[in-house]
Amino acid sequence: MKKIMINKTTKNDMITYAMVILAYIVVQLLIATGHVSSLIQGLLVPFCTYVIVAIALNLTVGILGELSLGHAGFMCVGAFSSAVFSLAFKDAIPGGLRFLLAILIGAAAAALIGFLVGIPVLRLRGDYLAIVTLAFGEIIKNIINALYLGVDGNGIHFTMKDALSLDMEEDGLMLIKGAQGVTGTPNDSNFTIGVVLILITLFIVLNFIHSRTGRAVMSIRDNRIAAESVGINVTKYKLIAFTISASLAGVAGVLYAHNLSTLNALPKNFGYNMSILILVFVVLGGIGNIRGSIIAAVLLTLLPEVLRALSDYRMLIYAIVLIAMMIFNWSPNAIFFRKRLKQRITAGRKPGKEE
Amino acid sequence: MALLETKNLGISFGGLRAVNAFDISVEKGQLYGLIGPNGAGKTTIFNLLTGVYQPDEGAILLDGVNLTGKKTIDICKAGIARTFQNIRLFGDMTVLDNVKVGLHNHYTYSTLEGILRLPRYHKVEKEMNEKAMELLKVFGLEEYADYKAENLPYGQQRKLEIARAMATAPKLLLLDEPAAGMNPNETKELMDMIGFVRDHFDMTILLIEHDMKLVSGICEKLTVLNFGEVLAQGDTQEVLNNPEVITAYLGE
Repeated sequence: MKKIMINKTTKNDMITYAMVILAYIVVQLLIATGHVSSLIQGLLVPFCTYVIVAIALNLTVGILGELSLGHAGFMCVGAFSSAVFSLAFKDAIPGGLRFLLAILIGAAAAALIGFLVGIPVLRLRGDYLAIVTLAFGEIIKNIINALYLGVDGNGIHFTMKDALSLDMEEDGLMLIKGAQGVTGTPNDSNFTIGVVLILITLFIVLNFIHSRTGRAVMSIRDNRIAAESVGINVTKYKLIAFTISASLAGVAGVLYAHNLSTLNALPKNFGYNMSILILVFVVLGGIGNIRGSIIAAVLLTLLPEVLRALSDYRMLIYAIVLIAMMIFNWSPNAIFFRKRLKQRITAGRKPGKEE
Repeated sequence: MALLETKNLGISFGGLRAVNAFDISVEKGQLYGLIGPNGAGKTTIFNLLTGVYQPDEGAILLDGVNLTGKKTIDICKAGIARTFQNIRLFGDMTVLDNVKVGLHNHYTYSTLEGILRLPRYHKVEKEMNEKAMELLKVFGLEEYADYKAENLPYGQQRKLEIARAMATAPKLLLLDEPAAGMNPNETKELMDMIGFVRDHFDMTILLIEHDMKLVSGICEKLTVLNFGEVLAQGDTQEVLNNPEVITAYLGE
């Protein structure tokens, strides 16, 4: 009995890893045979970004059971901290090592901000928590929009006013130019690195879920009072899960930043619309279902591009598909129908095991 | 010395005096019943004992250690485990995992060891699985190990809650209306199981119950609570024949 159970979860995880690797191979084959338009090729790294951040958010929404609308903010922290690092050390450190360090810096910076935001926010619950994370996300974006950062012979300069008040020397290097963002970040991201990062994210999240810490986090989600009664430190485990989730969102930000030559903190990429888009991936893919998040993130990013030919109608169709998928996934009747279908298929082979 | 002792325990909610001057003394290995009409303050006492509420006055001693004012987690670590009147399982987790959460503080490895699956992860997880399966076997739940907890039948959920509480290796087990919602057969089975838990684990048990058959069947001592005050205390038969208890609670 014990053996079977362990194998089942491991098998499930393996399917998820295999799915990502298979998708990668298929895409590479399609590119090699010239079946992928340059438009879609340009979207491959953003795909990976969305997948990573969707997995990260699912850790908060599905495993910790709290609704966060601030994950675009953590992405933003990861993106800017790493972009600044890569720009400052563009010539000093060789490409591969520099990007590795950039990833670690982005993850660490987002983890730190996630931890600090988490301390007050995780005292709240449900809708209140969602709204406050939304506010924190916006604050992060707006601070970065107003930030000027430069480095010259005299060291690091920074201000929130304007470029002139930085008071830099002639040969100084501007790192963040307020609303103009970061320009000239080396383009270190590519599809392969993106997929590797997805696999690493998956490894961290899936192993976390099946560990002692993950169980503690899920027990808090399922019943906080009972969790406390068996000696689970609620605050501690909530913070651990939230920090890891923020940190992984930061990694997604690093990947995103190093795919662009100019990085701006726009409402479109790091605002709450982005946070909500990520949440849509998670809800649509199934809350707590990591594999579902990946599929939903890819499908919903791909859909508007595939529908581009329909021009004006595409957002309408996108919305209709969204509603249809949501109903199929979550309506009680649809769930019942799927269950019966599954039972009919598995009947005879495994009698009486499903409920 | 008594295992659990409370002295002059009291708490008010606004103007309501929920528990007043509550004294109890539970000996090691005893099966002790706490009874009384609805709203008498029985569950409030459980919540005081487990740190969900902090008493306005009085003291709680477990094995001579003062637990007054301690947090729920520390009280759990000190050795009091409980179940709830309305079952509180980790519904979306498997039966095995529910018990493993109970083992949380006794089998440890760090978050990093868990994510990287270092040797210690495999070793401790194996020990945890063995220990959890052993507990499930005691409660006759081993065949349900990989079921989701919320899919268990009601009676089994009650058992699982007790198994989870026992996983924390307590000195004292608090059961809040374990027979609530059970039919006579299930209640009989539960009675046997509570007795078995006491003997098998050499456990001290304090339980709240309305089912008089169960109470008179297994409890050695009783405390009757009425309007937050102790109405009677002593050996089960003595208390049940007490005229005051009969008028206030049992009925003629």
